[in-house]
Amino acid sequence: MVFMKAIKTVKLTKRFNGMTAVDSVNLEVNEGELFGLLGPNGAGKTTTIKMLTTLLTPTSGSAEVWGHDVSKEPDAVRRSIGIVFQEPAVESELTGRENLDFHARMYGMKRKDREKSIEEVLGLVELKDKANVLVKRYSGGMKRRLEIARGLMHQPKVLFLDEPTLGLDAQTRRSIWDYIKVLRKRGVTIILTTHYMEEADYLCDRVAIIDHGKIISMGSPSKLKDSIGSDIISVKTSGDPDGRFHSCMSKLKWITDVKKHDHQFSLGVKEGERKIPELMRIAEKCRVDIISVTLKKPTLEDVFLKFTGRAIRDEEGNVMSDRMKMRMRGH
Amino acid sequence: MKAISLNAIYVMWLREVKKFFRNKSRIIGSLGMPFFFLAFLGAGFSSVFSLPGMEGVNYLQFLAPGVIGMVMLFASMFAGISVLWDRQFGFLKEIMVTPVSRLSIMLGRVAGGVTTALVQGLLILVIGIGMGIAVPGPLGFLSALMMMLLISVSFISIGLIFASLMEDMQGFQLIMNFLIMPVFLLSGALFPLTSAPDWLHALSLANPLTYGVDGLRLSLIGFSQFPLWLDASVLAVFGLVMITIGAYLFGKTQV
Repeated sequence: MVFMKAIKTVKLTKRFNGMTAVDSVNLEVNEGELFGLLGPNGAGKTTTIKMLTTLLTPTSGSAEVWGHDVSKEPDAVRRSIGIVFQEPAVESELTGRENLDFHARMYGMKRKDREKSIEEVLGLVELKDKANVLVKRYSGGMKRRLEIARGLMHQPKVLFLDEPTLGLDAQTRRSIWDYIKVLRKRGVTIILTTHYMEEADYLCDRVAIIDHGKIISMGSPSKLKDSIGSDIISVKTSGDPDGRFHSCMSKLKWITDVKKHDHQFSLGVKEGERKIPELMRIAEKCRVDIISVTLKKPTLEDVFLKFTGRAIRDEEGNVMSDRMKMRMRGH
Repeated sequence: MKAISLNAIYVMWLREVKKFFRNKSRIIGSLGMPFFFLAFLGAGFSSVFSLPGMEGVNYLQFLAPGVIGMVMLFASMFAGISVLWDRQFGFLKEIMVTPVSRLSIMLGRVAGGVTTALVQGLLILVIGIGMGIAVPGPLGFLSALMMMLLISVSFISIGLIFASLMEDMQGFQLIMNFLIMPVFLLSGALFPLTSAPDWLHALSLANPLTYGVDGLRLSLIGFSQFPLWLDASVLAVFGLVMITIGAYLFGKTQV
């Protein structure tokens, strides 16, 4: 038996007025996987999601979702997926329950299933007590939770989460991460886009880093971080007057990189936490006083930096004003 | 899959109707202009207007069917164009990603818009009756209802056509001033077209609302330019063409 991929794209491309938003993207997502698309704003994440969810037609290339071609069988694709959009997509003049009921009817769910499912998803996102309140009185986090609940109503095979925690406070973000983890355990295939490294790192089984519409690297977060090669140990000393500590460091094979700024050394090493005691001993031998030691593990940010020469955060800008712009353009 | 999903049409309709009835201030607001038209224009012109060939009809009676036509025109165009708000506020994406045919989505919207426009039109009829218009007989009432329905379907479809072609609300003012207002003013809602200059009369014949207002006037006060069957068929054909174009364009909408 051949295992189906939850998602498979071949040279998926979207151009708007001569600008290439998504450029020959090849993706394969396995069933049950929590897959992340990580990249700065404007990298092509949302456009990719819109093509996979049949809201935009690809300029060229192909994409299959749950075995159905997005261009040829859009309705079969729509039946297999759920989506939580980047910008709120709820009807604010209806209550939370009515929004869910609207959704369930659009998916042709029977009355009994509707009622059962509404109760279940409301419980999952802890909105039961607010179910009969108009959505316009919801906070941003409540709206997002409602949308996640809605995305699950019809038990989709593949759930798309486009920047699920954009603009939310740290606490709400945490609780949304918890919901996502619950879904992951239930075996729902999840595609998540984000420009928060820590989000991708914490949640995803595999991550594709995307920039300027192209996938520049793909793999599990730990594998991607390993590709950076080393941890960084920063050692602050009171001084190394005769340069003995420096030359000692430089000679050691397991230190791949030594940088010195004033009295501070940055050392590239593997498995940094195991090397700290050794460093202390060497420092003692060299009669160098150590003031502090910090260990920095590589992050996906460093991976992005390595492949693009830029930091994701440089691109981030003001998230709110970007959202406003998106809205003004009506995308 | 089925091209038409009754469940989806129903829930699209339900949403429009719930939104409409929850927004009391909008209902009252929408009745303001037609009310003042009836109250002030009706009273003001009654003394200076004598209508050739319509003896025994005062201006208020002449005006009321026209104002009902106006309400149907405005309410319907707004209902159609309100898809743009859904686009703006993201809800259109939620609708478009469901496995429901575009045709069902559009029909649900038309059904919702027709309902809310009809409620507004009937409210104005009631207000008009309160001001002294004769209560229509059952037949007159039914044919008036039919004309209101036909006007509504036609202009919701036109609103949807514009909403499908426009990205945002920027062009709305343009449509308001260069489409809705001329259509209203050239429909014979405010003055009789038979005694208008030839060029104006010719323009009015090309205006679908002319037939709607004419049919309403026949139904409610018994005077008209054309027979009812002609009014109804012109509007029905026009409405059918518009809803077809609307369905086609809306079906191609990308979000």
